[in-house]
Amino acid sequence: MMLDAGVVDGFLSASVRVATPLLLAALGEMLAERGGVINLGVEGAMLCGALAAALGAASGGAWTGLAASGVAGLALATIFALAAIGARADQIISGTATTLLAVGLTGAVYQAVFGSAGAGLSLPTLVPVPIPGLADVPVIGPSFFNQPVTTYLALVAVPLCWWFLFRTRTGLALRAVGESPEHARAAGVAARWLQFAATVTGGAFAGLAGGTLVLAQVGTFAERMTAGRGFIAIAIVVLGRWHPVGVLGAALLFGAATALQFVFQAMGLAVPYQLFLMLPYVLTLLLLAGLVGGVKAPAALGRAAE
Amino acid sequence: MKRPRVVPLLLPLASLGAGLAVLAVFFSVLGYDPVLALGAMVRGAFGSWYAFASGTLVRAIPLMLIALGFTVGLRAGVLNIGGEGQFYAGAVAAAWIGLKLGAWPGFAATTAVLAVAVVAGACWVAVPAWLRLRFGVLEVISTLLLNFVAEALVSYMVQGPLQESQHIYPQSDQLPLAARMPVFPGTRLHLGILLALSCSMIAWYVFRRTMTGFELRAVGRGPRAARVTGGLRVQRLGAMALLVSGALAGLAGGTEVSGVSYALYPNLSPGYGFTAIAVALLARQSPMGIVLSAILFGALEAGAGAMQRDAGVPAVAVYVAEAVTIIAVLLADALSSRRRDMVTA
Repeated sequence: MMLDAGVVDGFLSASVRVATPLLLAALGEMLAERGGVINLGVEGAMLCGALAAALGAASGGAWTGLAASGVAGLALATIFALAAIGARADQIISGTATTLLAVGLTGAVYQAVFGSAGAGLSLPTLVPVPIPGLADVPVIGPSFFNQPVTTYLALVAVPLCWWFLFRTRTGLALRAVGESPEHARAAGVAARWLQFAATVTGGAFAGLAGGTLVLAQVGTFAERMTAGRGFIAIAIVVLGRWHPVGVLGAALLFGAATALQFVFQAMGLAVPYQLFLMLPYVLTLLLLAGLVGGVKAPAALGRAAE
Repeated sequence: MKRPRVVPLLLPLASLGAGLAVLAVFFSVLGYDPVLALGAMVRGAFGSWYAFASGTLVRAIPLMLIALGFTVGLRAGVLNIGGEGQFYAGAVAAAWIGLKLGAWPGFAATTAVLAVAVVAGACWVAVPAWLRLRFGVLEVISTLLLNFVAEALVSYMVQGPLQESQHIYPQSDQLPLAARMPVFPGTRLHLGILLALSCSMIAWYVFRRTMTGFELRAVGRGPRAARVTGGLRVQRLGAMALLVSGALAGLAGGTEVSGVSYALYPNLSPGYGFTAIAVALLARQSPMGIVLSAILFGALEAGAGAMQRDAGVPAVAVYVAEAVTIIAVLLADALSSRRRDMVTA
C-alpha cells in the first residue's frame, strides 16, 4: 500500500495530539496508583477541567482557561480523596460517584451558563508553537515539535515524574506506601498524607488533560465530551506498567490507534467509523490480557491505608 | 451482633435527603428556584397514578435488574461497572431477534426475546470474566472498557444491519406486536415489573437460604479466608457471579426494548448502568432494599425529566443528587465500620 508523506505526517501529528490529554491524565493517575490509590474519578476531573477551561478561556483567554482546568481537576480529586483516603471509603465506588458528580455539575453549569441549546462556543485556543530547529526534523519534527504548549508540558512531565518517583525520598516513600502502607508507616512515613497529595496532584493533571482537550483539540465544550478518556487513562497506566516511560508509550499507542481512522479516510477505505470508536478499547483489552500476566500492580492498590 | 431494625432504613433515607439538599443548594447557586424545580420533580414522579406507574416504575425496572446484578457481583467480591454495556448487549440482541419473530405467537416471541437478551448480557460479561480467570485482568477496568465498545456497537447497528427500512433515522424498525410485552391497562407500565420483582425474590432466597448464598457471602467477606478454611473455589465463584450479573443487566436491556421503546435507539439508557450502582449501594446488598431503592431512583429519573420540561432546569443535575447520595452512604458506612473496629479491637 502506498502512503505519501502528507498522510504519514498527518497520522503522526494526530497520534500525538490525541495522546496528549491521555498522557497527562495517565501520568496523574500513575502518581496516585503508585501510592496505592486507584481513582476512577479521573474521568470526572477531566470533565471539570474541560468546563473550567471553557469558562476561563471565554473570560480571560486560553492561559486563564488552562490554569482554571488544573484547579478544577484538583478540586474534584479533593472530594474523591476526602472520601476514599480521609474516610477510607471504597475507592472504586468513591471514584465512580465522583465522576457521576462531575457529569451532573458540568452538564447543569454548562446549560445554565450557555443555554440548553448549547450553541457552539468560539474560544481562544492554544495554537501550535514550533520549536526552532527540532520542528524541521523529518518525520518526528512536525508531529512532536510543532504542537500546542500542552503537548510539551505533557512530554516534560514524563522525565519529571520519573525523577520524582525514582530519585527523590518522597517518591520512594510514596512507592513504599503503595506496596505496604503499614510498613511505610512503621518507617515513619505519613502514609495517608502522601496518598492525599499524590491523588490531588493527579487530579490537577487530569484537569489539565481536560483543558487540553478543549483548548488545543476541540475548541469548545460539550456535555460528557471526555467520552471515557479518563477511563482509558487508567487502562494506560496498567499498560504502561506504572512507569512514566511505559505510560508515554501506551498513550502514544492509543493516540495512534485513534488516529488510524484519519489514514483510512485519506485512503478512501469505506470502513464503518464505529469500528474505530471500538478499536482503542478492544486493543487495550487485548494488551491487558497479553501484558498483565508478568506485571505487578502496587501491592496495596485499592486498599485503604490505616 | 444484631443491629437495630430502624437503622437500615434511616441511613439510606438520610443519605438521599443529603443528596436532594445539595441539589437544592446547587440550583440556588445556578439561579434556578429550588422549590419550583424540586416541586416539578416530585409531581413528575409521584403526582398521579399514571405518572408513578408510567414514569417512576417504568424506570425502576432496569435499575432494579442491573442493581441486583451488581449486588450479586459485590457479594462475591467482584465489581461489575459494565452494567451499561451489558444492558446494551441485551438490547441489541432483543431488537435483532424481536424483529424476526413477527409470526410467532405473542408469549413465545416475548419469551424468546428476553431469553436472548439474558444470554447476550452474560456473553458480554463473559469476556471480562474470562480475562479475570485466565490473565488476572481487573474486572473493574475490563467491564468499564466494554461499555464503550457496546455503545459503538449500538451506533453501528442502528446505522447498519438494524437500521429502519427507510434508512433515514439512526434507529431500528418497530418490534412486531408479538415481541412486545403487555402493559397494564391505562399506563405504560409493562410486565417487566413482575420479572424484576421475581428476580429480587429469587435473589433474596438464594442469598438467605442456599449454600450458594452462603458461599457468596464467605467469598465476598474475605477471599483468602474462604479459600483456606472452606476450600471454596473463589475464582470460579467470582466468574459465575459476573455472568449472573451480566445476565441480569442484559435482561434489563431486553425488557426496555420489548416493553418501553419497541425499537433500538442509540441513547436507550440514560445511564441506567451507573445509576444502578447507586441503587445497589443505597440498598446495602439487600434484594428487598433494592426494590425500594430502585423505585426511589426511578422517581429521581422520572422527576428529572419533568423538571426539565416544566421548570426549565437541566435534568442532568439529578446526577449531583445521586452522586452525593452515594458518597453519603459510603461515608456513613466507613464511619460506622470504624466505630465497630474500635469496639471489637
